[in-house]
Amino acid sequence: MQQNPTNIPFYRDIRFLKVFFQILFIIGLILLAGFLYSNMLNGLRKQNLPLDLSFLTSEAGFGISEGIDYDPSDSYLKAFWVGIVNTIKVSIIGIIFATILGFIIGIARLSSNWLIRKIATVYIEVFRNIPLLLEIFFWAALIRALPKIHESIVIFDTIVLNVRGIYFPTLERTPEFNTWLWYLFLGIISAIIVVFVFAAFRYFGRLSELHHTDRPSFISDIIFGAKWVAAPTFLIVAIAGLFLTSEPPFVVNRPVLQGFNYAGGINFSPEFSGILIALTIYTSAFIAEVVRSGIQAVVKGQREAARAVGLKESQVLRLIVIPQSIPIIVPPLTSQYLNLAKNSSLATAIGYPELLHIGHTMMNQTGQSIPIFGMIMVSYLIMSLTTSAFMNWYNHRITRIGRSS
Amino acid sequence: MENTAITEEIKPPNTSKGPVKWLQDNLFNTWYNTILTCLALVFLFFTIKGSILWIFTQAEWEVIPANLQILMIGPYPIEQAWRIWIVICTLFILLGLSAGVWKGLVLRIAITIAIFGLIMLLIPLDIVKNIEVGHSILEFNFNIIYLILFRRGWLLGGLVLFAVSFFLGRDKNVLKRWIIGGWILSFPYTMIVLHGFGENSVSTTYWGGLLLTLILASVGITMCFPLGVLLALGRRSQLPAIKWVSTIYIETIRGVPLITLLIMGSVLLPIFLPGDFQLDKVLRAELVFTLFAAAYMAENVRGGLQAVPQGQVEAAQAVGLTYPKTMLFIVLPQALRAVIPAIVGQFISLFKDTSLVTIIGLLDLLGIARSILANPKWQGRYVEVYLFVAVIYFVFCYSMSHYSQEIEADLGVGKH
Repeated sequence: MQQNPTNIPFYRDIRFLKVFFQILFIIGLILLAGFLYSNMLNGLRKQNLPLDLSFLTSEAGFGISEGIDYDPSDSYLKAFWVGIVNTIKVSIIGIIFATILGFIIGIARLSSNWLIRKIATVYIEVFRNIPLLLEIFFWAALIRALPKIHESIVIFDTIVLNVRGIYFPTLERTPEFNTWLWYLFLGIISAIIVVFVFAAFRYFGRLSELHHTDRPSFISDIIFGAKWVAAPTFLIVAIAGLFLTSEPPFVVNRPVLQGFNYAGGINFSPEFSGILIALTIYTSAFIAEVVRSGIQAVVKGQREAARAVGLKESQVLRLIVIPQSIPIIVPPLTSQYLNLAKNSSLATAIGYPELLHIGHTMMNQTGQSIPIFGMIMVSYLIMSLTTSAFMNWYNHRITRIGRSS
Repeated sequence: MENTAITEEIKPPNTSKGPVKWLQDNLFNTWYNTILTCLALVFLFFTIKGSILWIFTQAEWEVIPANLQILMIGPYPIEQAWRIWIVICTLFILLGLSAGVWKGLVLRIAITIAIFGLIMLLIPLDIVKNIEVGHSILEFNFNIIYLILFRRGWLLGGLVLFAVSFFLGRDKNVLKRWIIGGWILSFPYTMIVLHGFGENSVSTTYWGGLLLTLILASVGITMCFPLGVLLALGRRSQLPAIKWVSTIYIETIRGVPLITLLIMGSVLLPIFLPGDFQLDKVLRAELVFTLFAAAYMAENVRGGLQAVPQGQVEAAQAVGLTYPKTMLFIVLPQALRAVIPAIVGQFISLFKDTSLVTIIGLLDLLGIARSILANPKWQGRYVEVYLFVAVIYFVFCYSMSHYSQEIEADLGVGKH
């Protein structure tokens, strides 16, 4: 075909056409962008709103119901940052809860117990097939319908539910905490000493027994010792420290009714609790499916082989199935985490002051919708890309371990 | 040879088990399973008892029949409701014809839908409404009887048309092409009939409820598919310009939440459109759904494309097929078949995501539910309303995932 390229007219030469159409495509895109840009300039001129970023440093003037330290006299930039932190907060807590719940349900879905299996299936199917926004509205409404403060529901004297949200107890440091930190330090030092002594005994003891060709490695002795000797040593010293300090290093701070409100502990506002419960339950149903398919993807022969060499059922799971299913689970799990983070933006519908909600308020106040949307999109993109980069790195690491060992 | 003569026929071991054996195997096979079973039974007992008590004694269900019409069609004027019924009847004809021509899975889906229609025909929700309001059956005024007969009549008509067209279409394979064309045309047809012309036209502001949800979802699903395939091919293209533009588009859209894009569509899009050009709200939402879903669709299709062996492409080129033909007849059929579950999963999430238009102020099924709850008359009835709406969403999503598994089995994924 290409023996004599001069005979082919340029308009039929594939090499020319490829470049030509790409250039055409790019020109088309540029024209479209230019068209939109000129429309935008016209539209903005009509609204008398020049593009201007200086509003970011001026006083925001609106209150934010929860989040890090913030005052209405702070700048818009600070307000936006409060939104980012709130988004990250609900995402991280949601991810932790959803992962725990999802793994439990996913494993229950594969239980040998028929009843448990069915309950898990119903849970997954129900919560997966109902829109998240509906679930958010439902939980938010349920929490708003909780009793008034003086009729609060108190569970085991520690968790309090009322119309102001959910109260959990917290651990609070006492002055003795610093003394206890010294005990922890002592624990680390003694653990290191103990592990080296132990490893040395083990290493030299074995060295004399074994043939010099298969020399045991000192490192593996240290790892073995860290698990079986150092960790217990550290725990013993740390726990002993708890009793040796004059008063406990921390106390449980329970929510207690004081006057018209509960004080102490940590309060999850109704909005935060609503979005957190909805996100956790919704995402856990998806994570459960990810876990189930990951475990099922491990070839049946692997289990059978493991049983054939006499491993116990728990060992089959721990040593054979789970290590092989983790690399299968991680990529879809990552996308569930990303979905959760992105779905947290739905909290705006029930008034939780996350990124989008605060962005929207800012837009209404300043009218600068284009730069604010740009900031919102960039913030979400950065969050998404960081999470997926981290999970890719993790995935890469565990896949390599899987292959080498 | 001699052996065969003396060998007795050995029967297969008896594998059927009695119920006791089944219980023993599935619920009480180990000590921890016994404990789990007992705990689960206690849990189930209290949950089911609580739910049944609530449903039959505490819940006040009159909110549903009283608002059934608005939940179904939103503020769509009732005098114009015949347009919706015409669309439903037309779709029943198309469904009947398809069921007759394709049989198998299509027939099963069609029959399920028809059974739903039949149940709707028999459930007297709209009659209950009027009894609750205080009329006795004798006191029915003409309007109510007319409305009830009107709905029953149309639905019955639709079901009869379905049955007739099924028998007409049976085994007429020549019709296949026409029916597919009919389904494609049914989209603009639906829009035109629902909107209408002249002084009686119903603008999209009045579309709502389940009607709007279904329109948003079905148009979005249909439109995102071709766009997604194009983007997927673009991302795998060897031409760098096309490849990079597709990749950047896909990754950007996938990196931001849908609700951001929807709000952008409603706040920002008007700024970018020329002067007096106005897009109505429903159309803007639809546009955002399509563009959003296409990016996800592209990633699903790309997964399928990667599963097609390179040899297939080379063989197609060797027999002289052009690039479009290679893709259309060789690569895409294999690629799409491999990712049916992912694609249907995507459709399901698009269906659920249509509920987000509530936030930008459209009155879809969830939006209507919210507006009912905002009415002081129905204050506090949120569990009833949300539960009812949830059941509707669930039925649609669950049947989609159920039928996707059947399609997979029908196409023999993993067997070829």
